This record gives sequence, structure tokens and C-alpha cells, in this order.
Amino acid sequence: MLKSLVAASLTLALGAQAAGQVNVYSARKQALILPLLEQYSQETGVEVRLITGGADELVTRIKSEGVASPADVFVTVDAGRAQRAKSANILSKLGQADFLDRVPAQYQDADNQWVALSLRARTVFYAKDRFDPSQISSYADLADPKFKGQLCIRSSSNIYNQSLTAAQIAHQGEAGALAWAEGIVANMARKPTGGDTDQIKAVAAGLCDIAVANTYYYGRLAGSDKAEDRAIAEAVGMIWPDQQGVGTHVNASLAGIPVNAPNREHAEDLIAFLLSDQAQTFYAEINHEFPVVKGALPSKTMQDLGEFSADDLPLDTLGVNNPAAVKLMDKAGWL
Amino acid sequence: MAGLQLKRLNLGYNGDVVVHQVDLTLGAGELGCLLGPSGCGKSTLLRSIAGFTQVLSGEIWLGDERIADASTSVPAQDRGVGLVFQDVALFPHLCVFDNIRFGIESWSRAEQRLRVDNLLALVGLSGLGARFPHELSGGQQQRVALARALAPRPRVLLLDEPFSGLDSELRARLANEVRGILKADGVTALMVTHDQKEAFDFADRVAVMRDGIIEQFDAAYRLYHEPRTEFVARFVGAGDVLPCTVVNTTQVDSPLGVLTSDQTLGYEPGQEMSLLFRPDDLIHDDDAEQHATLVSKQFRGSHFVYRVRFDNGVELGCLAPSHHDHELGADVGVRLEVEHLVLLPK
Amino acid sequence: MALTPHRRFNAVTLVALAAGVLVCLPIATIVTLGLVGQSDVWGHLVDTLLAQYLMNSLGLVIGVAAGVLLLGVPSAALVSLTDFPGRRALSLALLLPLAFPAYILAYTYTGLLDAAGPVARWVDPRTLDSIRSLPGAALMLSLVLYPYVYLLARASFLSRSASTLEVGRTLGLTPLQATIKLALPMARPAIVAGLTLALMETLADYGTVAFFGVPTFTTGIMRAYYGLGDAVAAAQLALTLLAFVALLVLLEKYSRRKLRYFSGASRRSHSRVRLHGWRAGLAMSVCALPPLLGFAVPGCALLWWGMVDARDQWWDLGPMAASSFGLASMAALLLVMSALALGYAERTAPSRLTRGLTQIAGLGYALPGTIIAVGVLIPLAKADQWLFVMFRDYVGVNVGLLFTGSVAAVLVAYGARFTAVSLGAITSGLGRIKPSLDEAAMLLGHRPLQIVRRVHVPLMRGAVLTSALVVFVDVLKELPATLILRPFDFNTLAVRAYELASDERLLDAAPASLMIVAVGLIPVIYLNRSVSEAKY
Repeated sequence: MLKSLVAASLTLALGAQAAGQVNVYSARKQALILPLLEQYSQETGVEVRLITGGADELVTRIKSEGVASPADVFVTVDAGRAQRAKSANILSKLGQADFLDRVPAQYQDADNQWVALSLRARTVFYAKDRFDPSQISSYADLADPKFKGQLCIRSSSNIYNQSLTAAQIAHQGEAGALAWAEGIVANMARKPTGGDTDQIKAVAAGLCDIAVANTYYYGRLAGSDKAEDRAIAEAVGMIWPDQQGVGTHVNASLAGIPVNAPNREHAEDLIAFLLSDQAQTFYAEINHEFPVVKGALPSKTMQDLGEFSADDLPLDTLGVNNPAAVKLMDKAGWL
Repeated sequence: MAGLQLKRLNLGYNGDVVVHQVDLTLGAGELGCLLGPSGCGKSTLLRSIAGFTQVLSGEIWLGDERIADASTSVPAQDRGVGLVFQDVALFPHLCVFDNIRFGIESWSRAEQRLRVDNLLALVGLSGLGARFPHELSGGQQQRVALARALAPRPRVLLLDEPFSGLDSELRARLANEVRGILKADGVTALMVTHDQKEAFDFADRVAVMRDGIIEQFDAAYRLYHEPRTEFVARFVGAGDVLPCTVVNTTQVDSPLGVLTSDQTLGYEPGQEMSLLFRPDDLIHDDDAEQHATLVSKQFRGSHFVYRVRFDNGVELGCLAPSHHDHELGADVGVRLEVEHLVLLPK
Repeated sequence: MALTPHRRFNAVTLVALAAGVLVCLPIATIVTLGLVGQSDVWGHLVDTLLAQYLMNSLGLVIGVAAGVLLLGVPSAALVSLTDFPGRRALSLALLLPLAFPAYILAYTYTGLLDAAGPVARWVDPRTLDSIRSLPGAALMLSLVLYPYVYLLARASFLSRSASTLEVGRTLGLTPLQATIKLALPMARPAIVAGLTLALMETLADYGTVAFFGVPTFTTGIMRAYYGLGDAVAAAQLALTLLAFVALLVLLEKYSRRKLRYFSGASRRSHSRVRLHGWRAGLAMSVCALPPLLGFAVPGCALLWWGMVDARDQWWDLGPMAASSFGLASMAALLLVMSALALGYAERTAPSRLTRGLTQIAGLGYALPGTIIAVGVLIPLAKADQWLFVMFRDYVGVNVGLLFTGSVAAVLVAYGARFTAVSLGAITSGLGRIKPSLDEAAMLLGHRPLQIVRRVHVPLMRGAVLTSALVVFVDVLKELPATLILRPFDFNTLAVRAYELASDERLLDAAPASLMIVAVGLIPVIYLNRSVSEAKY
């Protein structure tokens, strides 16, 4: 039994090294990347093989596999994990690839090890019928004691909140960020539970007046087939925070090429494809994310929310500050 | 030729020796019994013959073949040894017929059928072959277990307290029946029990064991009447022990006066010994000269067993005819009927 | 007939040792990682959230213990000791929630109870929102885990001797008193065994508690790994969890020690107490409530969403169902075989080594799958790298990865995670076969393998089947280890359901979830039969 298993995996593994292949380790969910990979496969004839999973597990896996790792492209969904991959020494330099010219500098790694594929913004939602949006113009306002018991925000285990806090550390220092996090905790309407969509729904249901969520979750509700979902989107309004200051917090999904990638050429080729106009439109249309390439347009729903200026903090800073952010949230009692 | 022979056998577990230097020989067709209190090592001895316990030193022989010594052994399944278990151990998922057939599956169909039918008849269960173990009574289950063990014609049959789960009447009857069955088949067998009556009902010769040592291996009669140690004397049948002093080659001085044996005693005059009295050495007789006080009595149907006290305080068991139902505390006549004296080292 | 030297080892022992080492490998890796590595996270945790993690874990353990006992024991007693209308159907229905993964139940109830859900029309959303709390998480876990207690308690109630209860009756006890004073204590080891399994699962759970925002000790482990990127700290926290679970297991062993007295009693079938009127109604409610909440309600919700809202999510589920089914079958087969080897080694040639390995492997049930996966990944990848370099340098062939990213790695992880489950049923099955049966068969000239085939296989059928089916269902539901260790392009139903649900697309996750439950139902129904038909 074991023998045949070993034999089977031997054939499998030997096949993995055949030419015309590219192996993707993706923390981006299958449904949000597979269609693109299939399209790439069709256009180029290169076979794309995919595994998805948590970014940390994938980093552990690539690192453990070492020289034998078949990973050609590593895709993660936040800068923090890209930073972790860098410190695990599993990413190689991307060099002077043409596709890098299409992406603004703050969305690339300073050390040339990764490039962003798409952006998401973390914004504030409020109850249209009972909350005056002019009261809030920044993330700092969320910690204002006058909103005590009015705020819905999810757990600090969630990466979106971790990188938002990491950005606060970058802008106001650890002490300022801690005070801010404590203010957030003091304003919570309930213990943090559920996902981003749940926070928006909670505002609509009257459990709280303001909530923090990524824009695309709102986009999905607004574009849903279900009338109940659209009614929720209808009941809430959205604020772009920090428009007068540093800009709205954004994070990105990113891609890099592992040091031991056996099919490096195809890997570069695939990343170039993921940054093509066609692929950039896909992120916007399927998931209401913001394209990272200059000139590509977000989805109609997102365009309706208006133009915004994004925080131009280099994304790798978010990664560097992430562990500090987690510890700081622990100290603030943010569950 | 011997059926089973144990030579200077030592057995034990994890460094503890539980059977010491045992020598034992059973003739072909002879029925033997290991009798002793629990924990005396008799079951360990039996399991070493079956092949479930390794030999520390010494040898086990079946017929003219050595089957185990300190470094080698024949695997249990190749020994040709049958075992009837204390807990019966019938296969619950097989019917009676298949249970008995289990050890002779290499035989031809016709031979199997013949053998199983014969055995079922032998153990008195003809017609019950299709039953399952849980549909049988305890005695029936034990008989099936016996038939199953006998089926492959084992060179020696071992029985590990096979009747202990049964009521006493059935136990006695079955012990006798099994003896008949084994004798009819000419089987060499060794049974383990702690019940003296069962041992006497079953065996030609009985080995009394104590603390891993065989104290005496003899026919039942000799164990009872000529025990070699006080342990054997007390374990085999009731009895009392009185101190005595050897007077000459045939007489001893005891609390009941000077007694005379019909055989030479073989001890030096003046030696301090113990004298064994069986209840049947003292008979109640209204006309007897000697008297004693009746302390207690047990009615046994065919006779009474009295306990009487002499004037000097000595208490002994005493047999009385069935119709002599005296009141407790009565003064009753007793007569010593000692023919040979059993002297035990003090 | 030949004289052969005494043997100290046999083939079974060797197989058992191999299996034992393999299933202990991941745990050993975690232990090494935790003991050798350095981390400053402990100080930080003690300063901040450790107390809260511990309180929540303790609260959850107590809550789930109470929940599974309340849901599992009375229902097991009712269906095995009494008779009432619908008893047979309910005794099967009570097992069905076993097919529901806890995290899917949590997602489903969230969907049902959220502000846009169907219930919010009638009930204040604030009340509904309280499901996402420690009591809520305890309820979710209880609803899917009580079947372990129910299953074992029912088997125990059914197998105990009829005479004991009758003795109780003659001594003046009512049927209810006899049940409480006699049947319950006799079933205690079985109940405790089921409870231990449920609590180990509870401690290993990350999906439910994370979703409900109840930070437990396991959250702490995952947070050290995910949030702080500190695998050493995660390993150290996992070690602490293991120590706690070892204590729990010792307690269970202690309670099971007495089981020997109870088994092997006569199996004379006992008469059931017939319930009428309000008593029958009460019994029906007690037995109907757990499957209603743990199966029917969430099942119908999933069905509704799958049929109405997520009709486009069905088309590619076929291959995933096939991989799920194949993986679960393979795992069930291998784990039962290794459990048999370990069980037989213990029976034929008991050694401290195999016993130790068995006990260590059993602890894996309480570790989060992710941690087990990391424990599998590190040593297997080391072996892979070594082979890769060997072949590259000396043979000139690129063999790639032989173990990691293969089904073999996934199976090793399942071994480490689920040996407690597979071994439980096998050991109790073997325990019911008296050693004298082996000896009788041996003296009748049968070789060890023949004895296994002729005597053990027929007698062990139920136990082997139970072991295999529980592993099958558990693997079907398993997520984290499968997710990270699977080969390229290898998707299971659990992976699909998780990806959609964790992307907050609850409705789209319904079809895959429903398929998990449906595939899991088949073995659960068999399981029911194997328990109620056990004859010997």
C-alpha cells in the first residue's frame, strides 16, 4: 500500500518538473484566481497547477521544501505575509521585469521581491437613517469617546485590522496607535465577531451605527441578486477616511517568485499576465477590488463610491509593523 | 513410554520464579491432577505445557519428544496439546458443530462429520450441533469445549479448572463423566483444580502443589492415608494434628495415651513428631469405654461428623452413625480406631 | 513439528512500531520545535491575553461537556432502555449531526440568524446576535459532538446484562431509579470515553471559535503562528495544550480501567419499559431536539440556499466529492490497519515502546489541524530535500518532492490527528475477545494469521467498521491539514466549503457543505446498524 503510494507520488512529482508548467502557491482563494490562471493556460499553452491555503502555511511549506520546492509563484493577500515570506528568505528578486514599470513604486517591494496585483481599501460605513457622516473623517475619529458603544469592528485576529493598526503605528508611533486601539475597544458596540459583511449587516440591523469593513464586501452586497442584501447596502453609507490627511488605508494582494522556482521564466510571464489590463479588470469585476495598474478602472459599484486618495505608505511597512500591531492590539484588549 | 514428562522444570515471569524444580511423569493414558490453593503455580505449570509460558530451565517431554527447554520451544499450535479452559472459550460466532470441527478442518469432510458426531455422542449432546454457544447451559458448554479439545486427538489433554463455573452437584457428576470419556478414548490428561473432591473423582494420581513445589504425587488413597507433609494432610481431607513422642518402632505417646501402629514407624525413640487424626480414626460408639463432650456436629446424610472434647482439652473430629443424633454438650462414648499411625515432621 | 528459538519480536510488532513512529512523527516535531526554539511570545501572552484564553477555553470545555452530556446521555438511555413511538427512527436521527462539520454549522446558524436572515423578521437582531458568543460556540460544538457520547453510551446501555437492572427492580427501585443508580454508573466509562473525544475536538477547534470571536487557547496558538509569524511560540503553546489533554486522557484511562468488570456479561436481551402518554411525548422531544437543531434545521437551510441562491455552485462539485470520498476511504483503511497493528502488538507482545507511541499518537486529536500539518511538513520536507539532493547529485535525476504535496503526507497528518478515534473502537473490540479464545484456536493448530481470520475478523467486524466509519466521517470534515498538505489541483468538498465561507460567501458555500453532509450520512447510517446489530 505504502509502496504504491510512494510510486504514485513519485510519478506525480516527476511530472511536476516537466517543461511547460508553472506552479502557483496562492493564499488568494481559488475562486478569485483560478479563472485567470485558466485563461493564462489557454492563451499560452503552459499548464498551471494551483494549491491554495493560508499564507503562513504556504510560507512554511515553501521554506520546508527548500531546494526541492516546486513553487514558482507565491501569491498572498496582504503585505504582512509578503514581509514574512521575505524574512523567511524564500523570495527572490524580480529584477528589471517590464511589468514592474506598470505598477506605482509604493505598491512594490523596496527590495524588489514582490509586486502588488490588486488593492482593497478599508473604509467606514454608517447607518444612513441615524448617523451624521460629517462626524467622521478619519480613522482617528473612530476612537473618539463620543461614539462609545456605537462601533462594530471584527476581531484583531483578522489581517485587515492588523494591517490597519500597522499603518497607525507608522503614522502616529506605537504610543499613539495604542491609544487609538484602546479608543476603538472602548467604542465597540459588542465583542468583535464575524466577518466584514457581518459588520455592515450589523449597522443595517441597528446593532451599531458605524462599522469598519473593506469596500468589496459592500460591493458584493450592493451587486447581489438577493433583494435583502441590496436593502442592506441601501441602508448604509460609506466614508473614505483620511482624505484630508494621509489617505485611506489600502492593502494589496501580491505576488513573488520563490528562490528555488524551477520554472522562473513562466513565473515572470504569469505575473506579467496578472498585471495585464485584462486581468486587472477581472479583479475589479469579480471582486470589486481596485486595479493596481495605472489606467485600469474599478468596477461600476466602486466607481459610484467616488474617487479617493489612498495612503501612500509603502506596503512593506505594513508587513514590518504587523507583529507589533498584533501585540499592541493584545495590550489594548482587542479580542 | 511416558505420556507427559516434566524434568526439573522452573517457570516464572519477570524474574520471579513461581514453579520450582518440578519433576512429574504421567504414563500414557493416565489421568493426572494438579491440586493446590490458588497462587500455588499449578495454572502456570499447565500453561507451560500448552506452550503459553516460556520455560526458565528444565525440560518438557511429550512421549519421546522434547517440546520445550530453556532456549527452544515448539509453538503451541504444533504441540498436539488440547486444553479445556476455565472460561470455556467457545467461539461465540460458530455453532457447536463448527466449534468442535475447528481443529480438524484439514480432515476430509466425511471424517470431520464422523468425528464430530462421535464426540457429540460421547459427551451426550447428540443433535445439538446446530446450536450456538449462548443457547447452551453451562454444563453443556463445558462438554462442547471438551469435545472440541478432543477432536484432533491431542497427545495430552489439559484441563484448567474446567468445572469451576458449575454448581457442585453438576461438578461432581461431570468430573466423573469426563473421566469415563477420557478413559474410553485412552487419552493422557492433566487437570488443574483447587477442589480435592473433584481431583479425587477425576484423577488416577494427584499432585499436591504448594508455593510452586509439588509436595506429593500419589494416588488419592495414599494422599489421604499416607500424606508426607502436614500441608498435604490438611489440604486433602479433614484432620487434626496432635503432638506426640516416639516411644519405640511401633508406638508413640500422645495426649490420648500410648498408641500402637500396625506398621513400623521408622523414627528414633524420643523424637518429637506430629500425629495426624482423621475423623474416621475416632468412631462414636455408645458402648465405648472412653467418653468425651460433643461440641458440634454436622449431618452428612449417611453419617454425622462430630467434634468432641476430651477431659484434657484435646478436640478431635469423630464419625457417628446417621441415626445417632445426640444433643450438643452430651457426654458420648468414643473409640479410637487407629490402624496405622501417620506421623509428620514437626 | 520443530523446535524453534523463543522469539521476542513478531511481525505485528514491527508493523505497529512503524505505524506508531509515523503517526507520532508530527507530534514529535512539534515537541522538538517547541523545546529547542526560543520565543519571547510567552511573556507577552502572560501580560496580555493568556488569562482570557484560558478562561474561555475552560468555559468552552465546561459548556461543551455539559452540552454533550445533556444531549447525548438521556437520549441514549431513552432509545436503548425504553420504547416509545418513533424510537427506531429517532435512534438513527440522533447520529446524523455527526456528519456536520462544526464550522459549517456555525456558518449556517450565522446565516440563519443574521440581520438579513429569515429569522430577523420576527426576532430582535440584538437577541439573535448573541449566538456569536461563548455559549453560542459551546452550543454549536455540542450539537455536532454529542453523537460521540450518544454512540458510546448507547452501545454500553445495549450491551449491559439484563439481570443487573432486574436485581435493582427486585430491591425496590423504579425503572428510572434503576437507570440512574445502576445503568448510568455502568455506562460511565463509555460516556467518559465519548466525552473525552468531544472535548479533544473542542480544544482543537479553531474554525468555530474564530468565527464567533471567542478567543481560546487554540486561538492563541494560531495567533502566534498567523499574527506574529512565530512558529516556535505556536509549538510551545501547543505543547501546553498537549499537557492538559494528556491529563484529560489519563483521567479517561482511569475511568475505563473498570470497564473490564462490565464487559463479557451475558447479553440476554432486556425488556424495554414502554412509555405512554406525556411520558412518551417527553421522550420523543428529548430525542428529537438534538437532531432537529444539529441536523434538520441547518440541513434545510443549506438545502434552501443551495437550491435557490447558489444554483451556480453545484456544477464542479462531482470531482471534489470523488476526491473527498477517495481520501476518506483511504484514510479509513490505513488508519484502521495501523490501529489493528497497534492493538495486536499490545495484545500479543506488549511493550512499553508501542504503548508509549500509541498514547502519544492519541493526543493528536486535541491539536489544531494546522499545527499537525506543520509537524508533518517539516520532517517530510527534510526527507524530500535530502532525497532531492541525493538524486540530483548522484543520479542526475530531478525527483522533485516525493512526500510533501503528496497524498501520503495528507495521510500521515490524518494518522497523527485521528489515531485516537480509530484506536478507541479497535481496542475496545479486541478487549471483548477473551485471550483464551486465541489460545484455544492456537492449540487447535491454527497459525496467528488464521486465528485473526477465523476468530477475530468475525468477532471484530463491528469494531473495525465503527473505527473505519468514524475516521471516514472525520476525514471528510477535516480542513486545515488537508488544505495545506494537499497536492496541486487537489480539491475536497471541505476545502471548497471553507474557501467560500471564509470569503464571507455563506450562501455559495451551501452546496459543498451539503455534499459533505450527504457523503458523511452514508457511513453514519451504517454505523447505526453496526451498533444495534452487534450480536455476540
